[in-house]
Amino acid sequence: MKFEDKKALELFAVKVREGILRSTNACSSGHPGGSLSAADYLTYLYNREINANPAEPNMSERDRFVLSKGHASPALYAVLAHMGFFPVEDLLTFRKIDSNLQGHPNMNLTPGVDMSTGSLGQGISVACGMAKAAKFLQKDLNVYTLLGDGEIDEGQVWEAVTFAAHYKLDNLCIAVDVNGLQIDGATKDVMNTAPLDRRFESFGCEVIEIDGHDFDELEKSFEFFHANKNHGKPTVILLRTVKGKGVSFMENQAGWHGKAPNDEQLAQALSELADARKKIEEAI
Amino acid sequence: MEGMKKIATRDSYGNALVELGKIHDDIVVLDSDLAMATKTVLFKKEFPNRHFDCGIAECNMIDVAAGMSTFGLVPFASSFAMFAAGRAFEQVRNTVGYARLNVKICATHGGISVGEDGASHQCCEDFALMRTIPNMVVMSPSDDIEARQMVKAVYKYKGAVYIRFSRYAVPIYHDENFKFEIGKGEIVRDGSDIAIIANGLTVSESIRAAEILKSEGISARVINIATIKPLDEEMILNAAKDCGKIITVEEHTIIGGLGDAVCSLLAEKNPVPVKRIGINDEFGHSGSAAELLKQFGLSAENICVKVREMLGKN
Repeated sequence: MKFEDKKALELFAVKVREGILRSTNACSSGHPGGSLSAADYLTYLYNREINANPAEPNMSERDRFVLSKGHASPALYAVLAHMGFFPVEDLLTFRKIDSNLQGHPNMNLTPGVDMSTGSLGQGISVACGMAKAAKFLQKDLNVYTLLGDGEIDEGQVWEAVTFAAHYKLDNLCIAVDVNGLQIDGATKDVMNTAPLDRRFESFGCEVIEIDGHDFDELEKSFEFFHANKNHGKPTVILLRTVKGKGVSFMENQAGWHGKAPNDEQLAQALSELADARKKIEEAI
Repeated sequence: MEGMKKIATRDSYGNALVELGKIHDDIVVLDSDLAMATKTVLFKKEFPNRHFDCGIAECNMIDVAAGMSTFGLVPFASSFAMFAAGRAFEQVRNTVGYARLNVKICATHGGISVGEDGASHQCCEDFALMRTIPNMVVMSPSDDIEARQMVKAVYKYKGAVYIRFSRYAVPIYHDENFKFEIGKGEIVRDGSDIAIIANGLTVSESIRAAEILKSEGISARVINIATIKPLDEEMILNAAKDCGKIITVEEHTIIGGLGDAVCSLLAEKNPVPVKRIGINDEFGHSGSAAELLKQFGLSAENICVKVREMLGKN
């Protein structure tokens, strides 16, 4: 990836993180931890990978994205807003009464949201249905979905992966945000699902594990997905991530799963992000 | 009812799917390793490329159907009522229902007439579960002609639908001129002393009850409420006004089904005495369908007993 392209993505991701923090602060609720860990993946996905058009969010030939870990809605909303699907100011209405930005994504309210999600384990099944439909209708498009590593405790995830492999859904790209934490603590302590790579491989998927905060590696992982197309296997990208990434006091803290920053914490977080932006701009 | 041809509405479902599939390319059918029993196998034989077995994974199947519907396909997803409405309730609620998707959930093997398999497979809760989901259309046909028309009607209807079909063969009492409409009840026999409101296989028993009662000088109106939601309120309120007393009959727990829907309506708009016949908050058990229907009070004879009680003529 070109240096300036990478820096542009890094700057976009800073804006996304600001959006996550401001929107959760404004309503004093929401899930910043798992949104921050997913911010770089979503930044890359919408800027470089997915065929989607803010001017025509429902165009039939678009790629589809299903946020199976629906609680990371602040990250998705911030990305969609900065891509131009709706005004950035709307982020401050998140979770508020009569807002189009529900606590968990609603496809009938928010432009750019391809599926209503929130109940864990279901989004990946819907994504399977979309990928199957695309194949059935001979549409050359891709379906992307993002799961949490806590989410894969749900048995339905494995029903879906079995389905994806059985029906050879190589147009399906399943990413897992492996931040290692879920609400009650470390995933290895709450419910150990390791080894994820071997699990997904044994279910019949092509698996790649990358640093989920490194845009060069993200690019590589999607190249891996495209190289596997027409091989008859779904692709799984295991994103090694840090919960709360980009805000020092939130990083690797399970407590920030479902807690919003107060005004003081927001100010500190924004100043850290301002420093990060400055560094990126200086490098350019 | 004697001498009438009988057919199980699950067969009607399979046959109607084939008829529809011949006309409409956008119909796809999903099953969960029960195609032989749900009769989607008939569609599979005709259109193998449009029938997708999802294995024994009903929750995944419902959400796969949801995903397919977003591409303009019209998925019919089938399993037993126990698993489609029961096991996959939350998938129906949170994905199909909440996202307002055009998915047709067509469950067979509803009620105790499943028979020998016993309580684990006798779903008597599906109307109650499905009724609670906003915008969900909930239906159950009473014979072959109604069932086939219902399947065609839900293809035309845009939105989420739950239909319960039955494994037990029931008399075909409609003629080919019958016109089914979603949300419309049907006065099958007119009468003025009491109204018997039924659906599914209890309609033919109710007709038989009305014939027995007629010989005793009791005029019973029989109403088929094939669409439990949205309810044909006008027809039920007219029955309350004209007859003054109502009996509901359903192959379902008396909690949350047709009887409760009728009671809720009447309690608010015209309270008249109602007796609910159904499964009385208990599980079923193994036995032949005919024995079970009799034992659980879903026979014409028991309906007559309850009518006489209500009218003080026992």
